[in-house]
Amino acid sequence: MKTVNADPKGVDTGPHFMDGDHALAEGALAAGCRFFAGYPITPSTETAERFAERAPEVGALFIQMEDELASIAALIGAAWGGKKCMTVTCGPGFSLMVENIGLACITETPLVIANVQRGGPSTGLPTLTAQQDMMQAKWGPHGDNAMIALSPDSPQECFDLAVEAFNLSEYYRVPVIILTDETVGHMHEKVVIPPADQIQVVPRNNYSGPKEDFRPYKFNSQGGHPMTQAGDGYNFHITGLVHNERGYPVMTAEQGKVVVTHLMEKINGNADKIIRLEEDQVDGADVVVVSYGITSRIAVKAIQDARKEGIKVGSLRLITIWPFCEKRIRELAGKVKAIVVPEINYGQMVLEVERAAAGQCKVISVNHCGGAVHEPEVILDAIRKAVK
Amino acid sequence: MTTNIGKFKDASPMSGILRMERMPHIWCPGCGIGSEVNSFAEAIKRSGIDPKKLVVVSGIGCTGRVAGYVNFDSIHTTHGRAIPVATGIKLANPELTVVVFSGEGDLTGIGGNHLIHAARRNMDLVVICNNNFTYGMTGGQVTPTTPGGAIASTTPYGNHEYPFSLPFLADAAGATYVARWTSMHARNLTQSIEEALSKKGFSFIEVISPCTTLYLRRNRLGDGVDMLQFYQENTVLKHGCDTRETAINYQGKIVIGKFVDKNKPTYLEALDKVGAKLVGDDYQLYGKTLPEREAEAKAEKERVAARRTAALAEEATAAEKGSAPKAAVKKAAAKKAPAKAAKKAPAKAAPKKVGAGGTAKKPAAKSVAKVAAKVAAKPVKKAAKKAPAKAVAKKTRK
Repeated sequence: MKTVNADPKGVDTGPHFMDGDHALAEGALAAGCRFFAGYPITPSTETAERFAERAPEVGALFIQMEDELASIAALIGAAWGGKKCMTVTCGPGFSLMVENIGLACITETPLVIANVQRGGPSTGLPTLTAQQDMMQAKWGPHGDNAMIALSPDSPQECFDLAVEAFNLSEYYRVPVIILTDETVGHMHEKVVIPPADQIQVVPRNNYSGPKEDFRPYKFNSQGGHPMTQAGDGYNFHITGLVHNERGYPVMTAEQGKVVVTHLMEKINGNADKIIRLEEDQVDGADVVVVSYGITSRIAVKAIQDARKEGIKVGSLRLITIWPFCEKRIRELAGKVKAIVVPEINYGQMVLEVERAAAGQCKVISVNHCGGAVHEPEVILDAIRKAVK
Repeated sequence: MTTNIGKFKDASPMSGILRMERMPHIWCPGCGIGSEVNSFAEAIKRSGIDPKKLVVVSGIGCTGRVAGYVNFDSIHTTHGRAIPVATGIKLANPELTVVVFSGEGDLTGIGGNHLIHAARRNMDLVVICNNNFTYGMTGGQVTPTTPGGAIASTTPYGNHEYPFSLPFLADAAGATYVARWTSMHARNLTQSIEEALSKKGFSFIEVISPCTTLYLRRNRLGDGVDMLQFYQENTVLKHGCDTRETAINYQGKIVIGKFVDKNKPTYLEALDKVGAKLVGDDYQLYGKTLPEREAEAKAEKERVAARRTAALAEEATAAEKGSAPKAAVKKAAAKKAPAKAAKKAPAKAAPKKVGAGGTAKKPAAKSVAKVAAKVAAKPVKKAAKKAPAKAVAKKTRK
């Protein structure tokens, strides 16, 4: 990935005391996002508010659309209009967005969506935390899609991963989803924004060659193919239909295979390059706790207490949710007695862990129906049971 | 009979504006969309707009395919979402002219919310809405505009719902330009699109159009030519008509004309005002200050005017010499049978195109051509003052 220094205009360098939602907006601005379309929904609204407030001084544009359907649609337009763009929402809004997330996938449109998760289903628990949209992030749009989703565990990481999300999105030309939660979104902590020359961003890669050679797509299962922007004179055509490399509809099973294989493999085939994990004392551990987002910070307490009891516990934190780190889990499953998976849902990522572990070790789900974070004791109990 | 598509592509005066490599298109014989696209293409040519700076966005359905056939930057979006996608493009690069071309099911059914909000914001877009009273692509279901009593596949015993009157809807929501034509009113439609393109703000142009395969057949209303005849006999030209008076009843009179033409700041102009007040002279959007953007817009406006003058002059010369490519095609076509000839003259409005479908009886085709000439001679009040409109009328009479 070719990177350049961030545009200082969008970088509010220095130490801040801010919540995760605000940090998402700052991360987006630092990454070069200059277009934001959104619709208010708790607990994500603060990101939109921050962006709206900052837009005039940065030279960016904020628009509150009539609904989430329109918000994500406007991003697709803005992306092909030449801008890096973002929206933010939570479960109910994300449900409305999935239609055009699918369009962004098939048209290979770079954009970033933050889902500050709250309890569901439906209107559920609007002001209370959850991690219940993990599977929706991957399987939301109909058809086969390979998604990239990242999960920050602090306001600082909201900033950092917003930049990372834009970089991945630009390089692979995919919608990237930031799966945070109400707790991280509303948690105030110190956030240090580095100087612009210490923030590396992937610039928009626009085609500049001869018109007759212009192809908006290249079905080679790789990222890095240039796109174009409206007004550059290449007369691009993009469609939600299965298409050829010129962007024109080709409705055959053969072409469907070409397009879907490319979409899936450009992410899954590059999973090793995309995936970021944080590991702690995993080597030689009897039990590994696999967690993400706010739950990984609760798990720290349980892991410390278990270690005091003499249990060899490691921690593996998923920073990248999708693509899933199945290789690493399979490897670990062959070495440990058990994997414990606490998450604020009825058991979603644990299904992936079970699949990857493939019966090599015990996999223990510590689920929670949302509205609050786990009590560390519940996770500790699971760790104790795991080594028995 | 097979058509020599290659020859057709080369001869077409629309090559350059249409993606000829995508022809033939998917529309049925007698459908009005093709002639609407011709009007659109003609309007683009004459508008002087830099084709590079034009973007066409469509939704889903028969009309949704327009984006795939026009040789500009174009997006074929999801169902109903053409307007918000267009909004995103326009706001991401305000220098672009953005046109939404889609059907009434797409724009006022599934996408209805986006339509009224774009109108409310006075988003600087031109929306061309093909209204054929039916969801064509899915087999002829009832739409928000299907007149009461009409048969659709999902109202097999007659439509019992109240339909939208689209000019009224667009007007009420805040559109600054609202007009309605039929697909037979090719010249008026062209002029209307030209006007809308040169105007800032939210423009909404409804085009009543026959769906021969589904709506007409299911309601036993004849074929495309019969419907054009119907348009000729049952349209009432009323410029400035109160949009509350524009409702369409089943096979009743259709009020056509330009109903709304007013000015108010666009979404972006209003936003700029707030920004400039807040930040002062340093206020910029995407790295450009307001005076810089205004200067660029002014320069582009001058270039557009110059191109327009050149385009009109070229058209006038071509008309005089009779050597325009269009005329050449016509000439060549005239030697052949009428039905064949119509196929060879893609720039011609709907009537002849319908003939090309083989659905028209010869006498009907003739009378429709006459009708088209008559209608073309009846110019838009305002536009009639302009030289080009006159020239066109003259040419058609020839």
